[in-house]
Amino acid sequence: MPQQTLRRKKSGKGFWKSLIEYSFVAPYMLLFTIFTVLPVLAAILLSFTYFNMMEPPTVIWFENYINLFLNDTLFVRALQNTVIIAAITGPLGYLASFVFAWILNELPRGVRTVGTLVFYMPTLSGNMMAIWTMLFSGDDNGYINGVLQRLGLISTPIQFLKDSDYMLPVLVVIVLWSSLGTGFLSFVAGIQGVDRSLYEAASVDGVTNRWQELWYITLPSMRPQLMFGAVMSITSSLGVGTVITQVFGFPSYDYTLHTLASHLEDYGGMRFEMGYACAIATVLFLLMVGTNLVIKKWLSRIGE
Amino acid sequence: MAAVRRVGKRHKKLNRSAAGTFFLIAITTFFGIFMIMPMVYSVSTALKPLDELWTFPPQFFVQNPTLKNFSDLIRLMSSSTVPFARYIFNTVFISVVGTAGNVLISSMCAYGISKLKVRGSNVMFQMVVLALMFNGTVTAIPGFLVIRAFGWINSYAAVIVPAFAAPLGLYLMKQFMEQMVPDTLLEAARIDGASEYTIFFKIVMMIVKPAWLTLIIFTFQSLWSLSSSVYIYDEQLKTFSYALSQILAGGIARAGAGAAAAVVTLLVPMIVFIISQSNVVETMATSGMKD
Repeated sequence: MPQQTLRRKKSGKGFWKSLIEYSFVAPYMLLFTIFTVLPVLAAILLSFTYFNMMEPPTVIWFENYINLFLNDTLFVRALQNTVIIAAITGPLGYLASFVFAWILNELPRGVRTVGTLVFYMPTLSGNMMAIWTMLFSGDDNGYINGVLQRLGLISTPIQFLKDSDYMLPVLVVIVLWSSLGTGFLSFVAGIQGVDRSLYEAASVDGVTNRWQELWYITLPSMRPQLMFGAVMSITSSLGVGTVITQVFGFPSYDYTLHTLASHLEDYGGMRFEMGYACAIATVLFLLMVGTNLVIKKWLSRIGE
Repeated sequence: MAAVRRVGKRHKKLNRSAAGTFFLIAITTFFGIFMIMPMVYSVSTALKPLDELWTFPPQFFVQNPTLKNFSDLIRLMSSSTVPFARYIFNTVFISVVGTAGNVLISSMCAYGISKLKVRGSNVMFQMVVLALMFNGTVTAIPGFLVIRAFGWINSYAAVIVPAFAAPLGLYLMKQFMEQMVPDTLLEAARIDGASEYTIFFKIVMMIVKPAWLTLIIFTFQSLWSLSSSVYIYDEQLKTFSYALSQILAGGIARAGAGAAAAVVTLLVPMIVFIISQSNVVETMATSGMKD
């Protein structure tokens, strides 16, 4: 798409005209500042205080952070779990989003339309996590246990949701199931938008199969979409928390799947130790933004 | 815009082996079944009569389908202290107003940033991109304090107004406008004496229709499944999604009605998505992030 970059003259713009122009951005920017920028700054500031919502915050400097890293073993565990879950589901979900977007594009149009809906449906379903509890349940109603028992593979039900050997794999399956979201749609669209003449030119130049097309043309043409998808999948994979509460309950059995998001929910939503909770939020913020920036930089170097 | 569509419809593909296509169809079918299985199980459970819900081992597919769970759901709804229609009204109201505000405010700002290029546009956009890199968990506590300071606890505004300024909306809208709205067209309209607001509503908003339809889906979908119990404690103001979770909390005895409710909840966003899928694809084509 040829990009039009006819920049308008900046000089000689009247006051009235500038005012009208700013009136377009003002409402969004005002709300964005109030509901996103301000809360981030407030979270960072509050993380240096003791604050219980009843009395005004008292500054205690780094005490929250010292307690988090040195005295709160559950936090350290939550940090480890967050990183482990993200390291597994992030790259796998990202890869799956791309692979299925690409495969769907290789198939006839009708199949592609239905396929896109099928793969995106878990994201649409939002609150359907309860169905996973029914499938994996360890009592008589657990469907998967029912099947395994009927096949004679097991004699007593496996406690998928309460046995630490199974909890992480079960969570990974569920997170991957719901990970084909906005990034996936971006890939679907990006692949369809690759300039067709590039494929024709490549065919003349000796590209003989679709795998070569994928490697030499599709991937390089899609860098902006790949970047956007990466941001989406990093942010969501580090924020895994609600799913755990919905499927495994809170806290998950023996805190096996305790993540930063769960720990934050615990201190912020239940114990009202807001200063401490904000320190957890700040750690999560730095982890998310830091990972995003590092991966973004790394991705932008590919193919240079 | 048209070009994107046409490329999507390429009929003749080069260098394709039949074995490869078969292999790809096999993989897609296998994983497609995995993706759709929980939904199928929900629908099947929703149609099961009571005795089948208690069968051991549980059956995947329903043997004697019945709509009894749906009528149970309606009965459960009408026996609740708050009329169920009220929950539905709350969800619809929040979804519709939140979505409309999000689309309007994001589009206006996207126009200011991508076409009017007001001073500071770059910084503003970079901030929004940065906001895509973390989620609401991080800002939950101060966000709650802000809403409390406004006196919005226990009102629709607590959920609706923050949704107006969601970063994804502005991001998608700005990318689409930048790549799809030709500057020459806007210049021509300005020479003809059209005001910026006329240009925005009469020209830009018409061209970016696929983008705001997409935004409608995303915003609607997230607001539709919102349970909102943190900000709203008045039973009268709670959402459908919250009521659904209450039914499910009733335990196994209500598994059938719960599955029926889940099916109903999924149905609405699904229909919205099916209707506007082609717009979504068109919009997401411009969603790429420059380094």
